Amino acid sequence: MGLRGEAAILGFYELPPERKLAREKTFNLEQWARLSKAALDDAGLDATDINGIVTPLIGEASMFVPSTITEYLGIDANFAEIVDLGGAGSAAAVWRAAAAVELGLCDAVLVTFPGTHDVPTDDRRPFVMDDSMYFGASSNRYGSPQAEFEIPFANLGQNGPYAQVAKRYGHEFGYDELAMAKIAVDQRTNACATPDAIFYGKPITAQDVLDSPMVADPLHMLEIVMPCQGGAAVVIGNKKMAAKSKNRPVWIKGFGERVPYKTPTYARDLMYSPMVHAADQAFSMAGITRDDVDMVSIYDCYSITVLMSLEDAGFAEKGKGMQFVNEHDLTFRGDFPMNTAGGQLSFGQAGVAGGMHHVIDGVRQVMGRAGEAQVTDCNRAFVTGNGGIMSEQTALILEGE
Amino acid sequence: MSTTYTPPVLTAPLPVPTPLTRPFWDGLAERKVRIQYSPSLGEYIFYPRPLAPRTLADDLEWREISGAGTLYTYTITTRPVAPHFAAAGPMILAVVQWDEGPKFSTELLNVAHEDVQIGMRVKPVFCDYPEAGVTMLRYEPEV
Repeated sequence: MGLRGEAAILGFYELPPERKLAREKTFNLEQWARLSKAALDDAGLDATDINGIVTPLIGEASMFVPSTITEYLGIDANFAEIVDLGGAGSAAAVWRAAAAVELGLCDAVLVTFPGTHDVPTDDRRPFVMDDSMYFGASSNRYGSPQAEFEIPFANLGQNGPYAQVAKRYGHEFGYDELAMAKIAVDQRTNACATPDAIFYGKPITAQDVLDSPMVADPLHMLEIVMPCQGGAAVVIGNKKMAAKSKNRPVWIKGFGERVPYKTPTYARDLMYSPMVHAADQAFSMAGITRDDVDMVSIYDCYSITVLMSLEDAGFAEKGKGMQFVNEHDLTFRGDFPMNTAGGQLSFGQAGVAGGMHHVIDGVRQVMGRAGEAQVTDCNRAFVTGNGGIMSEQTALILEGE
Repeated sequence: MSTTYTPPVLTAPLPVPTPLTRPFWDGLAERKVRIQYSPSLGEYIFYPRPLAPRTLADDLEWREISGAGTLYTYTITTRPVAPHFAAAGPMILAVVQWDEGPKFSTELLNVAHEDVQIGMRVKPVFCDYPEAGVTMLRYEPEV
């Protein structure tokens, strides 16, 4: 069961994140086009090579999203897919594209995630703060379980629920706030070697993390991503395209995905995330062990997400993740290189493109293009995606030739 | 001439029962906690559905439970989770596990922040909103 590893990421593009947009405002569709062109240029492929797309939700269409995009780009797609898995969406889109390539449906697929939400407005089409802006990932529509049983009880957004996960973790396994701070500190070290990172040149200490404002107990501000404007794209192709590309192909050797719930209140066991299944499937499909990977890029919307993903992906024993973090150097120079471009905590989270940050983090390393942050002799990367509140999770194994 | 923009004061949205979920909310108005039970699963379930989760068995029935439970997890929100809750100040957002099994998103009342403990026994507080025709279920420590 699974991929044969015959589809590769051949090019990528990631916009440097910005807190407030200094670039020209453009619509998601325009971003789709420009991000895609930049990734194609990076790969050395032509737009006419493309016969598939995978996209997240975009601002300008609520239905018929894939065909809206193919029309806009002028692509006759054999495979046009939309993924709605939040932060797990990018890694999920990558394996879907790889599957389409391996099935022979497509020679090359664009996986493009616009991440700039500050778009043009007009007096005749003003920006409207609707429910989706207020309630984020929770639906306030009549008939939605979230509208009825969660939003009225202030169970919405991300900070509260992730803090509840962290509280429960502390109750079951103990809580070392310095280890949690170290996750943010090591990633900041990596950002300081990554010029595009939003926190480039701004190192922090564990004390800085603990001194930052408490947002939702036990999570401090520096353990939480800061929303940014940005965007990212990758191009995935078959062996023929790989031969044409100017980059070292990064083959997609394995993936796993698990989507068991929306809201953590209803998780059967909140302490074991869907990553348990996703990572096991990915490693099994790729036929390698945890020791075989040279770097990991772990979805990091919060410090607790990283901690539990490390455990549930099998790198640390359940309940010993904090010890693992204390015993390892998680920087690009360290014995366990993780989130080597700074992760979303320190590179910046550009909406759903934040998930693509981890894919590109792995690709950049395996292609040998990470500059000062390059991990020596990096050939295999393990990448995760996480959407909702630890409720949608995807794992990828990427390998250079 | 300049104009000043006054942002709307947002209040917490209240639940709007559906035909299927109505027995739960009617129960709260009567100071009772009624949730669904699947005899074939041998489990209580929450939130209300037409068919049992996992098996999709068509045998769900409404049963009254005590409403007592334990605190499964919580957080104290120093910053509001949405503008609608800004006026509420720091809230204790809680997940309570009923003695019958299912978990429930709620808010913990009438307790000092430093006294909140995961695993503590909690009991229902029924909060009526007559203008909206709904009763909310919150929790406080069992004394």
